[in-house]
Formats: sequence, structure tokens, C-alpha cells
Amino acid sequence: MQVNRFLKNLKEKIIEGILTLSGTITSIAVILIIIFLFKEGIGVFNQAPMEKELILAVNKDNHVKELTPRQIKDIFDGKIAMWSELGGSKDSIKLFRTEDVSTYFTEEELGANFEHLPQKINEYIAREKNVLAFFNKKYITKGFSGRIIPLKKIGVMDFLLDNEWFPTAQPVAQLGVLPLILGTLWVTLLAILLALPLGLATAIYMAEIASPKIRSILKPTIELLAGIPSVVYGFFGLVVLVPFIQRVFNVPVGETGLAGSIVLAIMALPTIITISEDSLRTAPRQLKEASLALGASHWQTIWRVIVPYSSSGITAAIILGVGRAIGETMAVLMVTGNAAVIPHSYLAPLRTIPATIAAELGEASYGGLHFKALFALGCILFIMTFIINLIFEFIVKPKKH
Amino acid sequence: MAKLETKGVDLYYGDNHALKNISMQIDANTVTALIGPSGCGKSTYLRLFNRMNDLIPSARIEGEILLEDKDIYEKKFPIDILRREVGMVFQKPNPFPKTIYENVAYGLRVNGIKDKKFIDERVETSLKQATLWEEVKDKLRKSAMELSGGQQQRLCIARALAIQPSVVLMDEPTSALDPLSTHKIEELIFLLKDNYTIVIVTHNMQQAARVSNKTAFFYLGELIEYDDTNTIFTKPAKTMTQNYITGRFG
Amino acid sequence: MSALTPKGNSTRKRILQIVGFGAFRAITGFVVAVLFGILFFIFHEGLPAMTWKFITSNPENGMTEGGIFPAIVGTGCLVLGSMLFAFPIGVMSGIWLNEYLKDGYLKRFINMMTNNLAGVPSVVFGLFGMALFVNQLKFGDSILAGSLTLGLLALPVIIRTTEEALKSVDDSYRIASLALGASQWQTVSKVVLPVAFPNIFTGLILSIGRVSGETAPILFTVAAYFLPKLPHSIFDQVMALPYHLYVISTSGTDIEKSRVIAYGTALVLICIVLASNILAGFIRRYYTKKNKT
Repeated sequence: MQVNRFLKNLKEKIIEGILTLSGTITSIAVILIIIFLFKEGIGVFNQAPMEKELILAVNKDNHVKELTPRQIKDIFDGKIAMWSELGGSKDSIKLFRTEDVSTYFTEEELGANFEHLPQKINEYIAREKNVLAFFNKKYITKGFSGRIIPLKKIGVMDFLLDNEWFPTAQPVAQLGVLPLILGTLWVTLLAILLALPLGLATAIYMAEIASPKIRSILKPTIELLAGIPSVVYGFFGLVVLVPFIQRVFNVPVGETGLAGSIVLAIMALPTIITISEDSLRTAPRQLKEASLALGASHWQTIWRVIVPYSSSGITAAIILGVGRAIGETMAVLMVTGNAAVIPHSYLAPLRTIPATIAAELGEASYGGLHFKALFALGCILFIMTFIINLIFEFIVKPKKH
Repeated sequence: MAKLETKGVDLYYGDNHALKNISMQIDANTVTALIGPSGCGKSTYLRLFNRMNDLIPSARIEGEILLEDKDIYEKKFPIDILRREVGMVFQKPNPFPKTIYENVAYGLRVNGIKDKKFIDERVETSLKQATLWEEVKDKLRKSAMELSGGQQQRLCIARALAIQPSVVLMDEPTSALDPLSTHKIEELIFLLKDNYTIVIVTHNMQQAARVSNKTAFFYLGELIEYDDTNTIFTKPAKTMTQNYITGRFG
Repeated sequence: MSALTPKGNSTRKRILQIVGFGAFRAITGFVVAVLFGILFFIFHEGLPAMTWKFITSNPENGMTEGGIFPAIVGTGCLVLGSMLFAFPIGVMSGIWLNEYLKDGYLKRFINMMTNNLAGVPSVVFGLFGMALFVNQLKFGDSILAGSLTLGLLALPVIIRTTEEALKSVDDSYRIASLALGASQWQTVSKVVLPVAFPNIFTGLILSIGRVSGETAPILFTVAAYFLPKLPHSIFDQVMALPYHLYVISTSGTDIEKSRVIAYGTALVLICIVLASNILAGFIRRYYTKKNKT
């Protein structure tokens, strides 16, 4: 008897241990994901937006202390031509890039295997007072006479507010996520504006107006549509919607923000409909009767009693719809055209954060700047959905009961 | 002329014959109590007068139901005008999750009244009629859900009175309330009797005896006996009624 | 009659209601037409492609002809792999959270975290899976990496389904069982789980449908553009249906020519979701009936 009891207790303990272990694994996995994401993502702020092997150098008499990625880009684009614009002397900037050494030196001077190149670079920098040289670290010789200009690290604000996303640009990557954030918000906003009235009307129809028989058919099928993979919706958008938009609005390409919004709206509809319908049906019959008994029409009762009563459920539906739309990847990737510019029209291509990650992760080398930048995008996405979740947890849920 | 009248009314829920050939006349400015055991059809009968049974898709009604000699189930009779004329108070207090003021104003608003002064005045009068004014006059903009159960029920009465009906139907209005609140509502019914025709469904025999002029006893969908309350409770014509009011069954 | 109200309002109200209901009926009609239009469209265009050969043969001619067999097998492997990982851990975690862990900060915290994880976009899982499984742990692009990533994605959903199912079991069952001297685990395994089982099981079936259609998490963890041979180990890459649909409709060798294949692939994906939904509904009905008798 005693032994039996001991064995039973032991078994209990073991099982509890296993369950606890799996719960712990889950918790660790969750925390791991977050830590990993942010560790990699924050890494982007720890370095200059330039490949590690590359350096920028100027003549030692040049007084310019530091350059921002933006300034360098403008110099290379020809938008900044004078050192004075950077706080230096009133001379024009002379660019030197390893790619075009042949214009400065003859093949003989460089030697057959470019063995003289480092020395020539050194000489050139020493000679030209206004040079801004951009070359590989390995070309620095012992008696290097120029001054290496440090490139500013990427700032959080620059990252968030710069309006250019061009992570593979040379010599410095442009990592401004503003166009992507705006792209995401634009597409989401229009999607919800489209889906909300349609979804709400459908939910009201199903909950209040339709006969029970129609409802019993509509409800499960609409739930089913919520399960269709996003890539299928994207495919549909690509073969039907995109050509349609191109024709109707007479635009050069049909892959536009509008196409993305419509596809997202279609995808958000089942979610919005099911959740709002559920909450509309929780409105107590007594309230409905009280309203009707006062001479209100059914229509008035819907708007004045039932919808206000279910408003928190409807808000939940909207919030979940927004959450889904913000994170949606494949469908958006397939139909928005993915132009990383600040959106200015729904009839032009734009690009969202998730689509950027999906489109560029394949090209980014592991651990590199671009890779980390994509992780930082992932963090932004995570934070966005986290906030949405918090709103849901603390604002919508408690109101329900 | 009777205020309310039914002539040979039958009501079916699907196959269930819930009301059987009921004919009854209710006079203006009286309180009529409908009594009987659960499921006897008294609530269903009450709901004929403001067509609340219409909400149940399987309900089928035969016979005539008249309000001041007009058939209220006739197509031409607008249902909202009927419900304005015939107010209702429900079993459980069911204020809207709105402010006290908006609860009382609701019936006016849905009936197209926008005149703010008029609404203010109606809200005050109705709350006074429902003897709630003194308790809530300083918190009209507070949610009605903050009131106690008894106050909520009186608010529901005020809400029904605001649109100036001539008939008030009450479906066991005190069954969810404590004795003190019940007492207040009964006093209120007594006060309202002069101006309104009140039909009240009640489980509580003493209540019927206290507040009503006439009492109708329902059993299994039939109207067993209908007479002055005094007669019903002192010398009923039918033994079944006798048995019920003395508590031998029910 | 009541001197209160003008009769005009009555007519206006009625007209408003008729117009409003009509409008809502029309909007619902429109929404249903759009949603079903998509389904119908895919069925209509995809059915001609659905042949035995399409299901059972390799892609040919730069994926403009032939079948999608390797993608079907690949998706099968991924679903199986992810469920092998996520189902036991998810269900056990759910049981732990609901039956063992006491209410308190820890439980609230874990619940909040799993809820949060459920809302994280799938592409973020792909990002994480690529960095951890593919690169850090050096699994490479493989079934293992892809399955684990998809499993993580399904995990919060399975935990939540399990918890909901357990919560819906009335506490009186537990109390009755414990009062009879049964241990905690006996109560859970003999009383609570049998009642909650149908709901957990349907949740599992539905998450299979979801996992099989996910694209973003497998983009960089397992999916192969073109790989006409079947996997031999969990460290092999595979093709997968959703990824296949994505590539042949956006970057195939000849997009126009591959359209039929794309429609067919989309149809297969829809059928998987349909099948899992119908199966789930069937299971639910079966158990409701069984419990009634």
C-alpha cells in the first residue's frame, strides 16, 4: 500500500515536471524570440552605414571632422559640391574612388598587379587638398599621410525619419525606414476604411436582419475564408486586381498601394465580420425589446442600442483587423510594386515593412549591416503589433464584461 | 367602449397552442392583474397588446385584438404608433447603458422629437411621475447602470411614461426586486391608475389583490375566470381559481 | 390618441428602415459575391489543371509544365514536422498553464506573452527562424529549420486553443473528481481532457490548414525554388506549395505560361484549407452527437 502510494506520488510529480518543462520551454522560446530580434535589430545602431572594409579619408589639412551618411550620399549624388557646405573651406570637393583609379594613374604607375596602388592613393591624398577618398582599408600604407574621417553611426532618429531606403547603396547605405512605415500605414489605413463599413454592414445584416437559415450558411463559410492562405489572395490580386487597376485608372503599373489596400481589405473582411457579428449577438434581448416597445423601429434599435452595446467588440474586430493588415506580408508583397519611396498617391507603387523583409532578406548577408537593418524592421513590426495587443488587452477586453 | 379588447384570440408557437380562444375587455383607467402559474400564457397575452410577440418568428395569431375598437393587427395600423400608445415595463429592469437622461429621452428621440426644451420637460415630468426625480435630479448625466435595481425599474417606468402612452403593460415588474422596492413600485402603480390603463402580470397574489381593480386567472393557455379583484379573491366562481389563489397548486 | 407625436415620423422611420435594410442586404450581397468570387475564380481556372499527373509529377520545362508533386510532399513534411514539435509542447503548455500554474503574475505574464506571440506577423518568425535555426544553429535551409519556425508560429495558437478548451470544462467536474480522492493528474487525464479533447483536436486540424498555407516563415528557412527530388533527411531543402505559388506567379521563367500551374497550385492550397475546415467541423459534430447520446 505504502509503495503503491509512493509510486503514485512519484508519477504525479514526474508528470507535473514534464508539463512544467514544456511550459518553460514555451516561455523561453517566446523570450528568446524577443531578445534575439532586438539584439540583432539594435545592432544596426552600433555601426556606420558602410561596409566594414571601406574607409573615407581626406587630406590632413582638411578640417571637416565628421560626415553623416546623408551628407556622403549627397556628395556622391552631386548635391553637395563644396567643402564649405560641410563646415570646411570654400573649395569644391574632389571625389576619389578606387573604381576609377585608371583616370588618375596609368597602368604602369599602378603596376601589373596594382601593387603600387596603396602608395599612389597615399600620394594622391597628400597632394590634393580637397580630396574625399573612398577606398578599401587594405590599401592604407604605413606612412599614410591623410586623415581618416569617421562616419557617424546610424542614429535611431535618422533611421526612423530619413526618407530613403536603399540598403545596398554605395558607398553608404541609406537606411531611412520612414517610407516603409508610411507605406505600411497607408495601405493599412485604406484597407480598414474599405473593410470596416462593408464588414460592419455584413455583420449587422447577419446578426440582425438575415433569417437564421441564411445566417447558418453565411457564418461558417465566411469563417472558412479567413483560413485561405495570404499567398492565394495575393495571387488573385496579381492576376485580377492589378490588371484591372491598371486599365481602369490608366496607370503605368497596376501594382499600387490601392491594389494592396483592396487585397488587405478583402483579407480583413472575414475577421472583422466574424468578430463583430459575435459581439452584436451578445446584445441582450431585453434591451432590444425595451427599444422596440418605445416605438423605435428595428433600424433605430440597431443603431441606437445594439451597435453601441457591442462597440467594444466592434473595436476589437477593428484592432485585430489592423494588426493582421500591418503584418501581412505575401499578399502585399505581390501586389504593391514595392517602390521604397514616401507614398504620395494610392495609384503609385509603395512598399511596406513586412514586404521589405520578405523581399530583401534573401540578398542580405548574414550578420551584415543590411541583415541587421532588416531585423530592426522586424523590431518595428514587433513593437507595432505589441502596441496593438496591449490596446486590445487593456482597453478592449476589460470593457467587454 | 373598452380600452383594450380581445375577441376569440388564439396564439400558436409552431405547434404549441399557447393561447386558447381568449375574449376579454379591459376598461380605461383601471388596473387589471393577470395571474396564473408559470407557462399559463399570461405574459404572452400581455404582449399581444403591443405586438411584442411579433419578434418570435414562429408565433401565429388568430382573432381580433382591439385598441379603442381599432384592430391593431391590421396592416394599416403602424406598429410604432401602437407602441407609443401602449408602453411596456419588463420583468427585469432593462435600462439602456446610457445616461439616466438619455434613457428617459430615448422614446422621444426615436419618435422624431428634437425640441430640447420639450424633451427636458418630459424627462422631468416622467421622472417625477415615477417618483424617481428626487433621487436622480442631480445625476441625470450619470449612467443608468449605477442605479439600484429598484431605481432602475422606476427609471424604466419613467422611460415608458415619457412618450405619454395611455396604456402601460407591466410584465412582472417587481419579480426581480427586494420587498422595499416592490412596495415603492406598487405605490406608484396606485398613483398612475387615474391617468393610465394598466395591465400587470404578476406571480404575487397579494400584489394582484393590492393594486388591481380586476383580475384575470389564466391556466394552460385558457382564461379561466375574469372578474373584479374583490370577487376573485373572496368568492371565485371556479374551484380552480379558488385552488390557485389559496396556494393549493401553482 | 397620444397628442405627442406627429404621424409623419412613423412613415419616415419605416422608409428609412426599408432603405437601410435594403442597403445592408446589398452590401452583404456584394461582400459575399467578392469573397465567393475569389473562390469561384480559383476553382474555375484551377480545375482544368487538376489532373492526376499534376498532383503526382515533377515540374517540367522551367516550371511551366508538369506537376507539383515535390511541393505537395514538401508541404506535407513541413506540416508534419511543425506539428510534431508544436502539438505536444503546445498542448502540454496549455495544460500546465490552465491546470497547474496558479493565478498570479507569472501566469499573467506568460499568457500575455503567448497572446502577443500570436499577433506577431509571420514574417518576423521567418526572420527569427533564419537567424537562429539556419545560421546560428547551422541547420541550413532545411526541413528542420522550416518546421521549427512554422512550429513556433503555431505554438501560441495551439496553447490558446488548449486553454480555451480546458476553460470551457466546468469546474464542478474537477471538484467532483478531486473530492473522490483522485489526484491532480488523474483528474486532468480522466475527467478534464476527455471533455476538452474534441475542441483541442479541432484546433489542431485548423492549425494544420493554417500552417500549410504560410509562406513568409519558410521563405528563408527551407523553401527551394526548384528541386525536383524528394527529401532524404530533415536537413534537406524542399519545395512547398505556397512558396511555389509565389515564385511561379511573380518570378518564374515564363510567368504567362506558368499561369495554369499557378491556378492549380492555388486550388490545391484552398482545398487543403477546405479539407481541414470540413474535417474539423465533422469532428466537432461527431463528438457533440456522441456526448448527447
